[in-house]
Amino acid sequence: MSSNPTPVDPALLTGEYDEAKLDSVIGNIVLDQKTHNYPEIAVPGPIKGLKTNPWQIMFGLGFLGLNALLLAVGNLLLSGIGIWGNNQPVGWGFDIINFVWWIGIGHAGTLISAVLLLLRQRWRNSINRFAEAMTIFAVMCAGLYPLLHTGRPWVAYWLFPYPNVLGMWPQFRSPLIWDVFAVSTYMTVSILFWFVGLIPDFATLRDKATAAIPRFAYGALSMGWTGNAKHWHRYEQASLFLAALSTPLVLSVHTIVSYDFAMGIVPGWNVTIFPPYFVAGAVFAGFAMVLTFAIPLRKWYKLEDLITMKHIDWMCKVMLATGLIVFYGYIMEVFFAFYSGEPAELALLHNRVNLFNAPYSWAFWILILTNGIIPQVLWHPKMRQNLGVIFTVCMSISIGMWFERYVIIPISLTRDFLPSSFGFYTPTIWDFLMFGGTIGMFLFLMFLFVRFLPMINMFEMKELLHQLHEHHHDDHHGDKEPAANH
Amino acid sequence: MSHGRDTSPKPYAVVAEFETPDQLLSAVERTKDAGYRDVEAYSPVPVHGLTDKMGFKDDRLWLICFIGGVTGACLGMALEWYTSAGILIPNSIRTPFGFSLPVPAPTGVDGYAHNTGGKPLFSLPAFVPVAYELTILLSAFGATFGMLGLNGLPKPHNPIFNASAMRGASQNRYILSVEATDPNYNEVELSQFLNSLNPLSVEAIKTSEGY
Repeated sequence: MSSNPTPVDPALLTGEYDEAKLDSVIGNIVLDQKTHNYPEIAVPGPIKGLKTNPWQIMFGLGFLGLNALLLAVGNLLLSGIGIWGNNQPVGWGFDIINFVWWIGIGHAGTLISAVLLLLRQRWRNSINRFAEAMTIFAVMCAGLYPLLHTGRPWVAYWLFPYPNVLGMWPQFRSPLIWDVFAVSTYMTVSILFWFVGLIPDFATLRDKATAAIPRFAYGALSMGWTGNAKHWHRYEQASLFLAALSTPLVLSVHTIVSYDFAMGIVPGWNVTIFPPYFVAGAVFAGFAMVLTFAIPLRKWYKLEDLITMKHIDWMCKVMLATGLIVFYGYIMEVFFAFYSGEPAELALLHNRVNLFNAPYSWAFWILILTNGIIPQVLWHPKMRQNLGVIFTVCMSISIGMWFERYVIIPISLTRDFLPSSFGFYTPTIWDFLMFGGTIGMFLFLMFLFVRFLPMINMFEMKELLHQLHEHHHDDHHGDKEPAANH
Repeated sequence: MSHGRDTSPKPYAVVAEFETPDQLLSAVERTKDAGYRDVEAYSPVPVHGLTDKMGFKDDRLWLICFIGGVTGACLGMALEWYTSAGILIPNSIRTPFGFSLPVPAPTGVDGYAHNTGGKPLFSLPAFVPVAYELTILLSAFGATFGMLGLNGLPKPHNPIFNASAMRGASQNRYILSVEATDPNYNEVELSQFLNSLNPLSVEAIKTSEGY
């Protein structure tokens, strides 16, 4: 702890806390199911006195969405992917848009848990756990799209190299196969990292729980963790290694996702700026989603002392920085198209920006508005303290990041080289149902997570507490020393 | 009761409970100075400097992680080389004596060597991403399962949990134990000594019945 060179900002933990109180505040969300009843919301309508709580509402919405997803997937499996709007010339529409959107959202979790760990940023401690959960659930949602777009998901194992009677192997020169390896590695490593982080907290819950079932369940999950000093020694090494491995992993995953486009010769796709600007966009979208969840959760579960306005302020600054990188990317795309002098690229530029004479240009301008212009309000410190404004900006960013992929895919594919192959892309009700369905599944999983797993890392918060105390001790020493000299 | 092995409870450790990490650090130091060898410490958060005081250092994990990474890189590259290029064996070998020597049909050593868009069979730049991902995957397996393996986890039963103070070791208590394997182990003396360190409690524990 004393090896940490930078003092910890006391604003990261407001209020009076000791270790036991931290455990109770975080652990009781899981162990004492009554905490979910706050705040009670009266249900309007004929049944007098019926009350509900935010957890039930969000979980219910998620459950509805999940059922919509099952319906969409069920029909897809029965009827085939013809029910989607994909057709010539747009061979992949909502499925790739939503895939990239979800993967991007997941990236903030890895960034917070891995990159900020390597940079010794202590403010990650209270947000890393649910950001990592978000990563896993977002990757699950993302994975559904390419899996179902194969048309026959029951033979999806064909994507993996395995000896078979046909003597065929995957095409390793294809970015789509790189995607298979990148996304499945990302999913696996994210789960490992998440689980390793949870082990000491499972032990805490095991020891705090009074009822038999949670004691057994958390006991089994903690795998007999004792908190032995030698175990901690190796545990910290493992966390550091996993962080050091996840950092290049998270960069490579979205780079490879961007290769899906950048390796093609389609106008608007074949640009070298795609990898860095996709990665920045992923962090941008991911932090927006982290804040979208953090703002209501900290209020509903009274975690304002743990996820403080300082955290929110810094997350806003990260969004501002990555947002500017993304905005720079949009400007550069326009500039490259203009500077190349390539007729196909120039025509694409026209199709993107000409609001009056191009069918999809509205999407480009929504993108510029929601991703480029609206987030700039965060420059003002007062705006970074206004939760309503931040929440609205986060929603705007989520919409904007979705439109970013919409601009990349249908605009390029419907107007490529030959006018004879121009066309339109019209998503069907099933596309929308499936998109809404994955949002529902995400909500469903997130709120199950909130109910059954500690959403803030307990042992890291205790570490933070010790560092804060150490810092205070240092201050006292500083006060006393001149007196001792006299 | 089984198979002639004595499974009645035996002394396992003497456990002392402290309130702060600093108290634990000084207690470990003094126990070590008093000549006890098998000292263990349990804490809810990693206490830095504790393993140094215990004279414990274990750097095997990076090696496991590194071996995992190298294996992943080699495995990935070998997989791509074999499945995309492999060893091409001709149908026949021409001899200087005017006839060709037939070569029996190769048994799968040539992988799936197909000309794709005129690209070389072994397209190194295109083969980097998959090998890279497998490097990370196997290193991460090394780090995670190496850590669990070296720590002896999962370990569903651990006699140290017989100490009532251990419930606090994951919450807000800092525990020191001297195990019965220590050559100087003597419950009475040890308890007296640990009591002199100003702990919250001292407790001698036994192994569980049947273990």
